[in-house]
Amino acid sequence: MADERFISVEGIARRYAVGDHVTTIFEDLWLALPKGAFTCVIGHSGCGKTTVLNILAGLESPSEGAVIVDGHEISGPSLDRAVIFQGHALLPWKTVLGNVAYAVASRWKTASRTEIRDRAQRYIDLVGLRGSEHKRPAELSGGMKQRVGIARALSIEPKILLMDEPFSALDALTRGALQDEARRLCAEAGQTVFMITHDVDEAIYLADRIVLMTNGPGALVAEIVENPLPRDRARDALHHAAAYYPLRNHLIDFLVTRGGAFRDNLPAGYDRRRPPVTTQWPGAPIAPTPMAMATNFATR
Amino acid sequence: MIGVRARAALLSAFIFLLSMVVWHMAVHGGGAGGPALDPEYAKLMGVQMAGAKSAMPGPLDVGAKLVEHLRHPFYNNGPNDKGLGLQLLYSIGRVALGYTLALAAALPLGFLIGMSELAYKALDPFIQILKPVSPLAWMPLALYTIKDSGLSAIFVIFICSVWPMLINTAFGVASVRKEWLNVARTLEVGPWRRAITVILPAAAPTILTGMRISVGIAWLVIVAAEMLVGGTGIGYFVWNEWNNLSISNVIVAILMIGLIGMILDQMLARCQRAVTFPE
Ligand SMILES: Nc1ncnc2c1ncn2[C@@H]1O[C@H](COP(=O)(O)OP(=O)(O)OP(=O)(O)O)[C@@H](O)[C@H]1O
Ligand SMILES: [Mg+2]
Repeated sequence: MADERFISVEGIARRYAVGDHVTTIFEDLWLALPKGAFTCVIGHSGCGKTTVLNILAGLESPSEGAVIVDGHEISGPSLDRAVIFQGHALLPWKTVLGNVAYAVASRWKTASRTEIRDRAQRYIDLVGLRGSEHKRPAELSGGMKQRVGIARALSIEPKILLMDEPFSALDALTRGALQDEARRLCAEAGQTVFMITHDVDEAIYLADRIVLMTNGPGALVAEIVENPLPRDRARDALHHAAAYYPLRNHLIDFLVTRGGAFRDNLPAGYDRRRPPVTTQWPGAPIAPTPMAMATNFATR
Repeated sequence: MIGVRARAALLSAFIFLLSMVVWHMAVHGGGAGGPALDPEYAKLMGVQMAGAKSAMPGPLDVGAKLVEHLRHPFYNNGPNDKGLGLQLLYSIGRVALGYTLALAAALPLGFLIGMSELAYKALDPFIQILKPVSPLAWMPLALYTIKDSGLSAIFVIFICSVWPMLINTAFGVASVRKEWLNVARTLEVGPWRRAITVILPAAAPTILTGMRISVGIAWLVIVAAEMLVGGTGIGYFVWNEWNNLSISNVIVAILMIGLIGMILDQMLARCQRAVTFPE
């Protein structure tokens, strides 16, 4: 059904020509993301995660292939796909309110000043920055800047939220608090999210599905891991869940060993167009069938 | 313990007083040309000093002249006798006009060059060749084609101030952070709105650097240009007073030129601070 392939990455490639030598970062990459799901991508540095995200955002175009979102091939950036940039990318000459209002005014071009202001203020309140709306980005801490970035992305009510390592530059406490907030906001809105992270625990806490990418060049989607933890998982109880450590070991095992050699000994029946959705690994709980999961996503 | 600012001010005052005293003594011969001098050198100097004594004013003469000018800055007794303030106003007016025209040309053209690689590559040879030409070299051409000395001076100001503003605008526009442009792209901001709401504020500090360099050059060049075209202006004043051998007036004019130049620069520095935001 359409919701299972809400975002459909169809055979994209990205090549860079350096001199007369062409490097293929990845090619013939296929990936389907269901509507309303929180998807995290993990993979080694330089494997092409940011490139995939930029292509989804429409900021870069693939050398080959296409990305279909909600039935339409994308041809450039869109207000339907909000990006939270790694370096927060706030406009330093605008205040917090100004930055968020800029996005709101771009979305609702005919809205009145007060409407724009009220909506921007609402999202600033939502990320807990009430009282700082007239500060400029230079006066904010790293965590506060990232919050503004989140408010700006959510304020345009995008169909899809794309995040490139949004929390990796923050200290552990701030990161935890922002993860909680991102989780709450996305769950409330039923947001479709595509997020890059280097942090396995962050992926386990936030994601419904975790996409594992092999090392580049010529990176592949090795598998898509269904997160067996309950949807209402709590951060502090995470490591008490029986499924937690097996899942964590499975992911780390991929990053450390399986990921590197994956391309040289592809598993039997591996199909680039349909990367395996895994629910089974050593110590994994008896999982619901992939079909049941699919229905889950669709009805959320 | 007083702050470094206060100490610097004290030191400045001291340097000022010391140079005044040295100047005064040098002009009035008291002590400066004493027996410490080599006798041959003293003989040479002595011959010259006798002739120069009347022309070279001391600080007190210059001070008196300055007060006189400040009392009546705007009098007008015909073409060769105008108040210092009036002459400065002529010069400032020419600079303002030429500079504003240059800004009006440099901003849009700089945006074009900064945003389009084609325009950059196509216009670069012209800029490279025309930029190092001394603005005064344009003067004969200007006088010949425009046939008006006042307008020619304005043209020379235009041509000398256009390059730094053009190059800095192009550079500022071309080096706007890609992230900020990507923000505008993901928000589907149209080209005009993007130019005004993202590129202009991001490039503003660099553009103002160019404007500051330009106003400095324009103020340097106006004096020389007015010496050439004559008639009015502070440059003409300096030349005229030199012909009258009134060195006091020349020194007062030098002070005023420096002062106005500083004020122009400080005004733009203030504007620059107003548009610069740390990240
Ligand atoms: N302009 C370019 N020219 C040549 N190669 C490039 C260019 N931009 C990126 N690459 C290469 O593309 C590969 C993928 O880059 P990308 O930024 O997508 O990696 P990533 O997975 O996001 O890495 P990280 O986790 O470090 O952010 C890298 O190996 C990089 O060297
Ligand atoms: Mg990256």
